[in-house]
Amino acid sequence: MKHFDVVVIGGGHAGAEAALAAARMGVQTALVTLSQETIGVMSCNPAIGGLGKGHLVREIDALDGAMGRVADAAGIQFRLLNRKKGPAVQGPRTQADRKLYRNAMQAEVAGAQNLSVVVGEATDLMMDGDRVVGIILGDGSEVKSKTVILTTGTFLRGIIHIGDVSKPGGRMGENPAIKMAERLDSFDLPLGRLKTGTPPRLDGRTINWGILEMQPGDDDPVLFSFLSKGVQAKQISCGITHTNNQTHDIIRENLTRSAMYGGHIDGIGPRYCPSIEDKIVRFGDKDSHQIFLEPEGIDDHTVYPNGISTSLPIDVQERYVRSIVGLENTTILQPGYAIEYDYVDPRALSATLELRSVPGLYLAGQINGTTGYEEAAAQGLVAGLNAARAVKGEETLNFRRRDSYIGVMIDDLTTRGVTEPYRMFTSRAEFRLSLRADNADQRLTSWGNEIGCVGEARWNAFQTKLDAINDTKQKLTAITFSAREIASVGVNLSPDGPRRTALDALSLADFDFTHIGELYGDELDQLPDILQQIKNDALYANYIERQAKDIAAMERDEKHVLPKDMNYSLVVGLSNELVQKLQHAQPRDVAQAGRIEGMTPAALMLIVAWLKRQKQASLEATHG
Amino acid sequence: MMKTVPSRRGLRTLVDATGEHLDEALVLVFPSGQSFTGEEVVELHLHGSIAVVSAVLRLLGDMPELRPAEAGEFTRRALDNGRLDLAQVEGLADLIDAETEGQRRQALRVLSGDLGTLAEGWRHKLLRAAALLEATIDFVDEDVPVDVRPEVIELLSTVQTELAREASGVVFAERLRHGFEVAIVGAPNAGKSTLLNRLAGREAAITSEIAGTTRDVIEVKMDLSGIPVTILDTAGLRETDDVVEGIGVQRAKDRAEKADVRVYLQLPDDTVSIDLSTDDILLRAKSDLHTGSGDGISGISGDGVDQLISDLSGILSSRVATVGVAMRERHRLAMEKSLGFLKFAQNAMESGVFMEDLVAEDIRTATRAIDSLVGRIDVEDVLGEIFSSFCIGK
Repeated sequence: MKHFDVVVIGGGHAGAEAALAAARMGVQTALVTLSQETIGVMSCNPAIGGLGKGHLVREIDALDGAMGRVADAAGIQFRLLNRKKGPAVQGPRTQADRKLYRNAMQAEVAGAQNLSVVVGEATDLMMDGDRVVGIILGDGSEVKSKTVILTTGTFLRGIIHIGDVSKPGGRMGENPAIKMAERLDSFDLPLGRLKTGTPPRLDGRTINWGILEMQPGDDDPVLFSFLSKGVQAKQISCGITHTNNQTHDIIRENLTRSAMYGGHIDGIGPRYCPSIEDKIVRFGDKDSHQIFLEPEGIDDHTVYPNGISTSLPIDVQERYVRSIVGLENTTILQPGYAIEYDYVDPRALSATLELRSVPGLYLAGQINGTTGYEEAAAQGLVAGLNAARAVKGEETLNFRRRDSYIGVMIDDLTTRGVTEPYRMFTSRAEFRLSLRADNADQRLTSWGNEIGCVGEARWNAFQTKLDAINDTKQKLTAITFSAREIASVGVNLSPDGPRRTALDALSLADFDFTHIGELYGDELDQLPDILQQIKNDALYANYIERQAKDIAAMERDEKHVLPKDMNYSLVVGLSNELVQKLQHAQPRDVAQAGRIEGMTPAALMLIVAWLKRQKQASLEATHG
Repeated sequence: MMKTVPSRRGLRTLVDATGEHLDEALVLVFPSGQSFTGEEVVELHLHGSIAVVSAVLRLLGDMPELRPAEAGEFTRRALDNGRLDLAQVEGLADLIDAETEGQRRQALRVLSGDLGTLAEGWRHKLLRAAALLEATIDFVDEDVPVDVRPEVIELLSTVQTELAREASGVVFAERLRHGFEVAIVGAPNAGKSTLLNRLAGREAAITSEIAGTTRDVIEVKMDLSGIPVTILDTAGLRETDDVVEGIGVQRAKDRAEKADVRVYLQLPDDTVSIDLSTDDILLRAKSDLHTGSGDGISGISGDGVDQLISDLSGILSSRVATVGVAMRERHRLAMEKSLGFLKFAQNAMESGVFMEDLVAEDIRTATRAIDSLVGRIDVEDVLGEIFSSFCIGK
């Protein structure tokens, strides 16, 4: 029988990142997958990053995870979203070549030390009482492990709908994990049902590209990994087209034949990724919706029409696709479909992503009610690192809201649960001005190094960067300008103001390094991204100082640690609704309790007061 | 606040465990969700004798699962159960403390949730402004409006106007809660204490013919047409070598300066020794003894007293008229804080050169300040507003 420290079930984005993270921590890890070929497969749209999502990828990279490097290797159209807005809300994104992505991820897995790939179907878990101690494969063989990370995506009781036709399935052409679902049932976990959809895939050779508006990538691509030096794959453009009145008429006439509107689907879909049917019903006054035609690869003629996911029957899909400009003669390679699946209410998880009621079993990815490769990978990282820490007998890792988007997501999931597939947005992060994509390494890499998940190459590169930033900042503090000088180069500033250091002056939005060059007469010999980072830090300095107060308040609340398995019905004055939510979420501390939906300041005070009374009572008991 | 009559009610005989008759009581049963606290409540309306009440209380107290409510516990539960917001609780406290008709009316407006309603309106507008900005940030590639500036600026400026109006009324609202101050000032022996006594209808200040009798500030509370007023009788203003009297004179000047209205009693040979503002009242002192031009007053004959009362009522009523539903200094500080951030955000947007993330942060801080009037904020609310308004999703 094989023995491992960490077994990861599933080779998707959560699974691959979880296995790589555990392996980096130096524990013996196995990645169990149905087939070697499915590791790193992008099942939905062929793109990585975006707003909030790009931030997650940078954070994974800062902890030496694979997603950033892999996306850089496979990227075929890099765009920095919000380039004209503040650096805190700029998000790197790329179209990715499916094959290149898969290959690069498989290479990461193959090259990792301490990591074995086990090909087979994990059909069941081995138990020792409450605790998970391994898995059983489809052939009946057992794999023992101290911890197991389950990353089964939409495989749990997945049902695919195309029009009024439905059949069990995970992704198209794969078997859903029914047996594993039954095992999870025996744990009596709170389950919910969600749905998501995909658009039909088009044959790019039948698209009339010539008449379409084309969107190229950026001239100066911004990559994901702090270690990447440049783009590796050939770059392409995406096409842009729109639905029209005729498209909408076709869809409207056939609404009852849609799985969604025909009443075949119970799961709740995301508000931000509606099907084309949804868009037409909910926003009836719009007579056109934008579609991005995204090639799935350089030597792949499949095109992903981003914006028209659907669960209509195949003949309707064909008709409405062909009503769209540029797609008049287009062939559908694979019809669009909606998929319904079970997810585990993530409030049943602790912040390590371990199930509170099943020690040794961690869940990551879509099974926790999230959507998106980046969200999945980030959870994989958290679960992988924590499982390894548990095996080594080390303290659990707490990703905090004020340090990372990963922390925001984990806290949102485990505190508030989900009501729709959870996707990251920058607006979810209350400290987003300090959680920027450009400073992910400064926020996390040192911490990662202490934890032990950061390799030597990254650590050296990070230290070099940090030295360069600190040196330059020191120089900038030594240089001072009068307000008159600063105003003289065209900066909007009263010339009567005080003298300030060059570093302070950079906090003025319209003052930058070219002005320093003009005034100081000497170029600061430094890399542009180092300078940009310093400018970004300075730009937000005042706001971040203001947020320090919020952070201090949060820290005060975090000191009120709540007992494990606390019985909230004992707290007099709490409403029944809040008692139930608190019982369910079992928050770690008062700060987390405060983020539970519907929580009031008065209710928090009641909890704090109750805790104090309990402490007092136990003190008196010991002394009395 | 109770908008429903309890469905279960009736006259019942109360008996103890031995079956002994305690009282005939009106018993009202409020189901949960329909009571003041939101919890299931039973009210026993007893005959008011001490013996009856204590007998029933004793009986209830003997039941192991019952205990007397702590002070304010019903209100606290109403707050915890979301039946009242923080401002309403403050309004309730004011209603209980109300001494005058004006105070009662004002407290009732706050208790009925008017401030909560206003805050909800501001919050909703700021949420919309935040959602517009966030949509341009988080959904840049989607079908969202491109230039949200005009609508955001419009929203910010509407909220600012309303906030400023409410905030400016708070000073007078505070006065309405604690009483306006009217200082009677003038030279020694100008009849200030006599006037106070006449106004108060009792001997509140010591009066005598010896100048400088009133060495400290004497206060008398009054109800002027429903407005609570504290009349201050101050030491006579004159140069003095007496150290104690000198302190009294200085104190008189200080208090007079801080008062809402000053009534100056001028003797024939006296020149006014303090600054008077437009609403202040200058009267010819001791009109029973001294004739002359201008309105006269006499605490002894009562001459001009009715006119003074009516003038004061007029002045104070017009100030009370500017009072909104924000009552307390706490409210004013929260609104001023919010105003500051909104002004900053609007200036940035109007300048045309602004960073959406910074403006959004200012709006968030401003919204939280408003929320502190009644409690709460949530990112889900912003996303909810975005999703219900725009077609998001490719």
